[in-house]
Amino acid sequence: MPKKYKAVKTYQEINDRIKKGKAVVLTAEEVIEVVKKSGPVKAAREVDVVTTGTFSPMCSSGAFLNFGHTKPPIKASQAWINDVPAYAGMAAVDIYIGATESVEGDPLNSVYPGEFKYGGGHVIQDLAAGNKVKLRVQAYGTDCYPRQHFEKSFTVHEIPDAVLCNPRNGYQNYNCAVNSTKKIIYTYMGPLKPHFGNANHCTSGQLSPLFNDPYFMTIGLGTRIFLGGAQGYVTWPGTQHNPDPPRGKNGVPLQPAGTMMVIGNLKEMNPRYLVGASILGYGCSLTVGLGVPIPILNEDIAQFVGVSNDKIFTKVVDYGIDYPAGTGQSLGQVSYEELFSGTIRVNGNDMPTVPLSSLKMAREIAETLKEWIQKGEFLLGEPQMLLPSVRK
Amino acid sequence: MGQPVVCDLVRRFDLTFNILSAIIYPHQEGRLILELYGSRKDFNRGVRYLKEMGVRVEKVGQEIHRNENICYQCGTCTSVCPTSALWVKRPDMEIVFEPEKCSACELCIAVCPPRAMSVKFNSTKML
Repeated sequence: MPKKYKAVKTYQEINDRIKKGKAVVLTAEEVIEVVKKSGPVKAAREVDVVTTGTFSPMCSSGAFLNFGHTKPPIKASQAWINDVPAYAGMAAVDIYIGATESVEGDPLNSVYPGEFKYGGGHVIQDLAAGNKVKLRVQAYGTDCYPRQHFEKSFTVHEIPDAVLCNPRNGYQNYNCAVNSTKKIIYTYMGPLKPHFGNANHCTSGQLSPLFNDPYFMTIGLGTRIFLGGAQGYVTWPGTQHNPDPPRGKNGVPLQPAGTMMVIGNLKEMNPRYLVGASILGYGCSLTVGLGVPIPILNEDIAQFVGVSNDKIFTKVVDYGIDYPAGTGQSLGQVSYEELFSGTIRVNGNDMPTVPLSSLKMAREIAETLKEWIQKGEFLLGEPQMLLPSVRK
Repeated sequence: MGQPVVCDLVRRFDLTFNILSAIIYPHQEGRLILELYGSRKDFNRGVRYLKEMGVRVEKVGQEIHRNENICYQCGTCTSVCPTSALWVKRPDMEIVFEPEKCSACELCIAVCPPRAMSVKFNSTKML
């Protein structure tokens, strides 16, 4: 039998309140005190929406571009934008530029650690900024698409379609990375100094979208979100989405778990929230600004959004030994309160913590989303299918 | 110039030095980043001496620049900064840059994901 809630609201009711300018919207940081003081039932009655935010490098990102049919027509088989290879194995003039692709001719890690100054993530930032980019296309030529070469400079506004489509964003939790070896290592979790010299972490903690809906009770296909400064959507569980990780008593995963596939119109996006990243010794990426509104449909959801950094934990992983060997070993568990405090202690080792995710930008995103909703510019999208969950 | 200026700083002006970085080619322009310890009076005399010898003297902090429009305040740079010129102000998680503490080691430049840090002097120009 489905659980009977004391406080119940529907998407429709919340959207009606948003349209009338009467919705009560708080950020995921602001709501913590409310839930603590009033309890989840009262909080669920008082609060309509909680906004979340995160701003981190998210490698599994990219954009579909349709560059328009040429005269004579061409069926692209290879394509480059600003000399960064794009995938052209789709229809005639559709290509996909992936965030981690490096510019052609980059020395990569042959000059170690590689600097990866320009890549797909930077192309996407240039497109969002409205900068001209240069497309180069090669084709083998067919009877119907005879052209074999094509070059064109364009801005994102001069081509038919530009759709940001990120297969895996907003990881629910992420490892805290350390290095036990004698040498500095350069990872996607940043530089890790030898002998546990630093511990790097990369989520916005209590402000992070999927920490606030740990069982995906409100997020799924059709959830409208803040994506790169524009309104976008969750379209599917992200790749590697894991609904059944080990969880704490409060239901929050203790390791990387759920993910979201997200989509939005790149032409509407803002380069402030889509930034090309050069990760030393690792590669290129795209730092993505993402915010998800959580509708407070009942007291369980109010309880979940009330979670604070002292109740969110992650595992500490040795990127010097265990991660590259794929052992799955963890050195221990730390809370986000400890991580944000500046020092953690693991197995008797004290180490300074380093954030890789911008909390300042995460707060800005949660605040912006809150403003959009308060002004009635942003309505909640009711998911047609929730992300896979183990909660019945 | 052809003078042992660093040695003179020690012998004539009682200054202690720590070489943070040096690019010096015979008969060409070079760059030396020094940390100097001593009394203010000796320091001023030493610097005056260097200038008299034709050395251009600049404070390193002025040479390192953070582009505030590019920096998105993530904190990656704080993992490598040896002098804590880049540090995290908690609990706001604001990333502070104090140029006067900077030793111009340049480690932050390649580590910064959006490449917000830069130096005025360009070592590659001298090669």
